[in-house]
Amino acid sequence: MILRLAFGSLIARALTVGMTILAIALSVALFLGVEKVRTGAKASFADTISGTDLIVGARSGSVQLLLYSVFRIGNATNNLTWESYQDIAARPEVDWIVPISLGDSHRQFRVMGTTTAFFDRYKYRSGQSLAMSDGVVMSDLFDTVIGADVAATLGYKIGDPIVVAHGLASFTEHEDQPFRVSGILEKTGTPVDRTVIVSLKAIEAIHVDWKSGAKIPGKSTSVDVIRKMKLEPQAVTAALVGVKGRLQVFGLQRSINEYKQEPLLAILPGVALQELWQIVGIAEIALIGVSAMVVITALIGMMATIFSSLNERRREMAIFRAMGARPRVILGLLILEATLMAAIGAILGLALLYIGLFIAQPLVDSAFGLWLPIEAPSIRELWVLVGVIVASAIVSLVPALRAYRLSLADGMMVKI
Amino acid sequence: MADKASILKLTDVKYRWPGQTSFGISIPAFDLKVGETVLLLGESGSGKSTLLSLICGTVSADRGAISVSGTDIASLSAGQRDRFRAEQIGLIFQQFNLLPYASVLDNILLPLQFSPDRRKRVASVKEEAETLCQNLGLPDNVMNVRAGTLSVGQQQRVAAARALIGTPPLLIADEPTSALDAATQKTFLQLLFAQSRAHNTTLLMVSHDARLADQFDRVVQMSDITKTERENT
Repeated sequence: MILRLAFGSLIARALTVGMTILAIALSVALFLGVEKVRTGAKASFADTISGTDLIVGARSGSVQLLLYSVFRIGNATNNLTWESYQDIAARPEVDWIVPISLGDSHRQFRVMGTTTAFFDRYKYRSGQSLAMSDGVVMSDLFDTVIGADVAATLGYKIGDPIVVAHGLASFTEHEDQPFRVSGILEKTGTPVDRTVIVSLKAIEAIHVDWKSGAKIPGKSTSVDVIRKMKLEPQAVTAALVGVKGRLQVFGLQRSINEYKQEPLLAILPGVALQELWQIVGIAEIALIGVSAMVVITALIGMMATIFSSLNERRREMAIFRAMGARPRVILGLLILEATLMAAIGAILGLALLYIGLFIAQPLVDSAFGLWLPIEAPSIRELWVLVGVIVASAIVSLVPALRAYRLSLADGMMVKI
Repeated sequence: MADKASILKLTDVKYRWPGQTSFGISIPAFDLKVGETVLLLGESGSGKSTLLSLICGTVSADRGAISVSGTDIASLSAGQRDRFRAEQIGLIFQQFNLLPYASVLDNILLPLQFSPDRRKRVASVKEEAETLCQNLGLPDNVMNVRAGTLSVGQQQRVAAARALIGTPPLLIADEPTSALDAATQKTFLQLLFAQSRAHNTTLLMVSHDARLADQFDRVVQMSDITKTERENT
C-alpha cells in the first residue's frame, strides 16, 4: 500500500515528475549509448581483421598503416615496390601474401586492387571468410566484386557496368575501361562492405595511359591492346602476410623493418589495434566522464525537484504523521519515491536506447561503417542501471532528511 | 495509573513552545471518561492545537502526566508514541484531511498501516471500510475514487471513516465542521455521533463554535482548563 501511495503521489505530480524521469531517461540512454558506440566500435575494429599475421607497407606509423590498409581510413604516404613485395613473398617463412592496391574510387567507395587470394585469405570476426551473396570472384581483367553496401547503396546487380574514378573524390574517370560487376559479397560489417574489389592487373590496366597521376593527353590505348599487355604493377599500397609458424612472425617482422633496399614497416594487426586503443583511450575516458556527468546532473535535477516539492507536501507528510507514521517513514517514502523515479527513468532510458539503436543502426553503419549490435543488455549495462538507482537513493537522502526534520517539527499540524 | 473510567487524563501538564523560555501553557487537570462526547471550546491562539499535539504525543510536555487509555505518554519513546497514537486515537482535522491522490479506500486504511493491533481488530478491512462509508452516508462505489475528487463534505466523511476504522478508543476532531455549510455540518455531526456511540468511542471535538454545544455530553472551555503562563526566568 505504501508503494501504491508513493506511486499515487508521483502521478499526482505527473508533469514535474515526468520531466525529471525524462531527464534521467535521456541521461541513462546517453550513457548507455556512449557505452554501446564505444564497445561497438572496439568490437567492430577488432573484428575487421583476423588470421593475418603481418601487414606490410611503406614505413610510416603502425596505426596509420593499419588504418589505411584495413580500414580504408587515410592514405598511404608511400607505396611498397613490386620488387620488395616479391622479395618478401619469396621468403621461406611466408605462407601466403596478398597485395592491396588503393588509390582509386567509385562514387563514394574505395577501389581496391588485389588478387583472388584475398577472398581466401582475408578473414574477419574470428576467422570468418568472405562469401558471395551473388555471382563469382572476378575472372576477367575488367571484372569487379563489390561489397554489400556498395551494391545496396548504388543498386548494383551482377553484370552492371562500373566506371572507376582516378584518385579519391575525383572527377577524372577511367571511362575507357569500364568494369563489370561479377560478384557481390555478403555483408561482413567490415570496410570490405564499402569496397569495390578489382584485380591488381586491372589497376595497372586502367592506368596504362596515365603517368604521374595524370592522363597522357591524346593517348588512348584500346582495351584489346591492354588485354595483351603484361600488366605487372610497379608498386602496391600494402600487403597482408600469413606466416607458416607463429614463432616466425617476429623474426619476419624484424627483417622487414630492417629491409635495406626500401624503408618498410611490418605490423602485427592486434598490436597496432592496441596502440590505437591507447590513442583513443583518453577520448574514451573523456566521453564516459561527460556522459556520467550528464547522469549526475539529471540526478541533481531530481533532488531539486524533490526539494521544491517539500513545502507543498508538508500537509501530506502531516497526514502520514497524524496517522501514526514515524518521521523515518517519511524519510523512507521520499527515498522510495526517488528510487521509483530513477528506476522508471532507467528502464525508460534503456527503452530509448534500443529505439535509438534501431533507428541509428543502419545510419551509423552506412555513414561510419560501424555496426552497432542490438543485443540484450550486458551485465555491465545492468550494473550501470543499478548504479543510477542506488545513486538516486543516495542523492535523495538530502531532501529526505530535510523532510524528516520538517515532519518532526510540524508533527501533525501544519499551518501553511 | 489512570482512573478506569478515564480514557484521557492530563495532570499538572506544563509545556513551553520551542524558543520561548518565558511563555507556555499549563493544564492543571483535564480528563475524559470512556464513551463521553466533549466539546472543547476555545478562541484562536488559545492553545487548542498544542493541547491536541500533547495528547497525540507529537510534542512532549515539559512536566506533568498525560495518560491515554491508562498509558503515560511520557513513558514512551518517540517511535512508540507514534505507534501508540495510531493504535489509540482516530483523528479528523479541519480540512486537507486526506491524501488527495490516493483512493478513498487507501485513505481509510492508512492508519492501519501503522497500528497492527488496530488492524487485528478488523476482520475484513475492505468490508469494514465499506460499512463505515455506508453508515456515514457516502455514495456506493466510492472506494476506488480518488479522494481529491470528492466534495469537502464527502472528504470529511471519509476522514471520519478513517478515524473510526479499527475502533480506536479515542476520537479527536479538530474543527471538523468549519469548512462545511450549515446543513452539511449538522448531518456530519449526527453521523459522527451515531458512529462514535455505536463503537463506544470517546469523542473530543475542538471548536470555536459554541452553537454546537447542546449536541455534546459536556462542554469545556479552553480557558477553564488551561493557564497561559508568563514567567520571568
